[in-house]
Amino acid sequence: MSASPPPSSPVSPDGAEPVGAAFILRKAVLSALVALGLFSLMVGVRTEAGQSGQLEYWTRFGELASLVGAVFVGSIAVELLRLWLGPRGGLGSFVPSSVQNGLSAAGRYVAPALLIFTFLVPVIFYNQRYILDLGILVLTYVMLGWGLNVVVGLAGLLDLGYVAFYAVGAYSYGLLSTTFGLSFWICLPLAGILAAFWGVLLGFPVLRLRGDYLAIVTLAFGEIIRLVLINWQDVTGGPNGISGIPRPTLFGIPLAPGEGGLAAMLGIPFSPTHRIVFLFYLILALALLTNWVTIRLRRLPIGRAWEALREDEVACRALGINITTTKLTAFATGAMFGGFAGAFFATRQGFISPESFTFQESALVLAIVVLGGMGSQLGVALAALAMIGGFELFRSLEVYRMLVFGLAMVLVMIWRPRGIVGHRAPTVFLEKSKSISSDLVKEGHG
Amino acid sequence: MDYFAQQLINGLVLGSIYGLIAIGYTMVYGIVGMINFAHGDVFMIGGFIALISFLVLVSVGLTAVPVILLIVLLVSMAITALYGWTIERIAYRPLRHSFRLAPMLSAIGMSFVLTNFSQVSQGARVKPVPPIITGGYTLHEGDGGFVVQLSNIQIVVVITTIVLLGLFTWLVSRTRLGRDMRACEQDQTMAALLGVDVDRTISMTFVIGAALAAVAGMMYLLYYGLVDFFMGFVAGIKAFTAAVLGGIGSLPGAMLGGLAIGLIETFWSAYFSVEYKDVAAFSILIVVLIFLPTGLLGRPEVEKV
Amino acid sequence: MSSAPILALENLTMRFGGIVAVNALSFTAQRQQITALIGPNGAGKTTVFNCITGFYKPTSGVIRLTHDDGAQFEMQKLKDFNISKQAKVARTFQNIRLFPGMTALENLMVAQHNALMRASGLTLIGLLGLPSWRAAEQSAIDNAVFWLKRVGLIDRADDAAGNLAYGDQRRLEIARAMCTGPALLCLDEPAAGLNARESAALSELLLSIRSDHATSILLIEHDMSVVMEISDRVVVMDYGVKIAEGTPREIRDDPKVIAAYLGTDEEEAAAVMEAEA
Repeated sequence: MSASPPPSSPVSPDGAEPVGAAFILRKAVLSALVALGLFSLMVGVRTEAGQSGQLEYWTRFGELASLVGAVFVGSIAVELLRLWLGPRGGLGSFVPSSVQNGLSAAGRYVAPALLIFTFLVPVIFYNQRYILDLGILVLTYVMLGWGLNVVVGLAGLLDLGYVAFYAVGAYSYGLLSTTFGLSFWICLPLAGILAAFWGVLLGFPVLRLRGDYLAIVTLAFGEIIRLVLINWQDVTGGPNGISGIPRPTLFGIPLAPGEGGLAAMLGIPFSPTHRIVFLFYLILALALLTNWVTIRLRRLPIGRAWEALREDEVACRALGINITTTKLTAFATGAMFGGFAGAFFATRQGFISPESFTFQESALVLAIVVLGGMGSQLGVALAALAMIGGFELFRSLEVYRMLVFGLAMVLVMIWRPRGIVGHRAPTVFLEKSKSISSDLVKEGHG
Repeated sequence: MDYFAQQLINGLVLGSIYGLIAIGYTMVYGIVGMINFAHGDVFMIGGFIALISFLVLVSVGLTAVPVILLIVLLVSMAITALYGWTIERIAYRPLRHSFRLAPMLSAIGMSFVLTNFSQVSQGARVKPVPPIITGGYTLHEGDGGFVVQLSNIQIVVVITTIVLLGLFTWLVSRTRLGRDMRACEQDQTMAALLGVDVDRTISMTFVIGAALAAVAGMMYLLYYGLVDFFMGFVAGIKAFTAAVLGGIGSLPGAMLGGLAIGLIETFWSAYFSVEYKDVAAFSILIVVLIFLPTGLLGRPEVEKV
Repeated sequence: MSSAPILALENLTMRFGGIVAVNALSFTAQRQQITALIGPNGAGKTTVFNCITGFYKPTSGVIRLTHDDGAQFEMQKLKDFNISKQAKVARTFQNIRLFPGMTALENLMVAQHNALMRASGLTLIGLLGLPSWRAAEQSAIDNAVFWLKRVGLIDRADDAAGNLAYGDQRRLEIARAMCTGPALLCLDEPAAGLNARESAALSELLLSIRSDHATSILLIEHDMSVVMEISDRVVVMDYGVKIAEGTPREIRDDPKVIAAYLGTDEEEAAAVMEAEA
């Protein structure tokens, strides 16, 4: 640090020290030292159980050195970037407000454009099985995100065990179809009802809980469901799961080769793609149903009560709103959509096992809701696209994929803590619908 | 009766480890009001660092077990504490005054990072170590030939936990840092106005929590003789459950909750079924919270109208 | 119309641990009158309010509400939300509690939750968008518009409640309470933080609510000019007990009241003197 920095030198974001080459260098050296400490043993030494079961180790100082070097260079780069972005600094100002406003104006056209595009995906990418599969996956998460959005985004109740309802839906269809031979279209509503029932069951004990107590109980609930699925072998098949789950039919017409199949009936040659396209439109329809119902519910007293609950529970009680039923309906509605999505998942995979219903799934769906901007339907869809699509993009990174994914999650949260869509649309208006900045919107207490 | 006594010992040892991790959760919650989802993985990192430093020390020819253990303890506490500090710095500090869910998701992201970092850097396979502390005492030999045993490693775990708890209680109640921590817990703005360095105090909270998790990680390594990259998740959830059960934010509560979860798990495995031990622990958590919505020792939330 | 008072408290006692916040308090509020509850800070006024509106369960005592048609409710037995839903008691809060992320209009729509819930057939009819629901929704909007106009916030209908100025938020909270169609309106310091002009407008609004909408009002207020101007009856509390009761004129001349104020808070005692002058 020079003794008397030139007066023109810009001030660091903290306003504490002037930014100069020496400052940047010092920071980089410090970062490199921290990295050296962090990685010294974890990267510098590699352990592995040897042939005899004895643990062996070897050193990897080369990797360690390059990693520390990377942190050093990276730190300089970050500081220079900050300098270049100006004293306001921070990742928060990455998106200028003009872009922000533009986004919200464009938002009106984004949703219809996205919808039309989604409808055309199977037409455009008919021969690209990979893209269709990815599309189905994204839509499944869009649906899950919209379902959880009811609980977290609208009612402001933190649910860390949403995957439990997804599992209930999947196992409901899996068990009902393989044991009783019920068709997908009968099982679908049943899966939703059963999941909603479990939602209420979870809702009851957590009614009085707030914040993090609610979070841990929902998390525990999700784990309980998963553990029961693993251990109740007679019914659930345990870790092996359920296989041979029937594929969906077009209201009774199977999408299979041979007599009586859809292709034969239409007189066109059979192709396995038919089923994929059918699944694509099926999940799209389910997701759109979720969206439609949610949008309708928001304009009904129950939906307004959910949002009011998120804003101020005490005021709700003073206005004669029954908090108990309001919370329970939120849990049940969210769970029901999760159940639908689960039934779809089961019919699509044809095989389910407890492995698909881990906490990571809950965390992913919650991340989609929060990143989307709590309560925003469009935001959730965009976030699902970004997260699942991004995750696919990282496929080439192989073992580093989850590492990069986790880092991306951290950076995205720092960049936009309130999500992609940072405003709330009113449910009713007199003259003009003015979107409300999310700074005013509360996030609920639970 | 003998069987019961043996399970009691086992449960208390397991509970001590949970309690040490739970303190980290509860401290962070008390001061910044967030669930540090990465804390379970910090515990896992602590276990790994203990393992690696132990291997290195043995291979350079050190033979005195107490000396090795002491060095391993200090090294793993120091490096894991650095992890705690870095995590707070990178993932939580920028979100300190942000809305509540953002730091939580950042923490979940950080947890993914740590889990997969250790998988990538140390491989996915379980790392076994031979028993380091062996031997023990036979407390009672029953008629049916059942022997109640107290192994040396169990004694080490419990004594280490007690010593650390004592140290930690002294730190929080008697030192300047402890006072600053309690002040920040009450009101950060006011603490800052009165000259408390809030950033530093919060950093130190993470450092101490991580150091305690490192001790838990090392104890786990010594007790079970293995570590793997995924052990942080389950242990983390259990410890978090313990913290909530005890009343999150309450330090004695964290220890009490840890012991409770350890005992529930052990007894359930012993008398009912091993498969459902976690289900039992989580179910009891839910039942307790129905009747005591803020845990066993948590302060009841007073709603100002 | 029932001749019983709208609200009667009989030996209401509220203890928090060892502290007695309200001690054997009895008073009545008459139908279509404005009853003011005054007293120095910490006298237990808000505790009384919280007992009446169901936020606290009183340790002992009876809080009886009688509707115009003679229907009676014992508030200490009702569940909190039923106090608004069945007994038709609405309240505002000392620290304004609006739904800040919702528009002014939405705030007033939430207040009509129970009526709309019935009209929407517990959501099913509403989900299908049947005409009966649409009509009910329109009449709820009309009601909200009426009250927005009444409190002078019609231009801000589509703005977020959290964006309104302080005085506007106070009036919106009163409008929200009125949208529940209350028989008794409980206001906790509605004039706090208002300037002289806003206070005058508030007085006018409360008088109109009493006369034009047949709503009885129970009021906690520190602003003596408002209390003296609009109250039909004043109840004075200190240390959890009633020390005086009467018309504003009687209260003003009561030495016990002046002593209570002088003994605790000079500013407020001065306000009493001023109102007297």
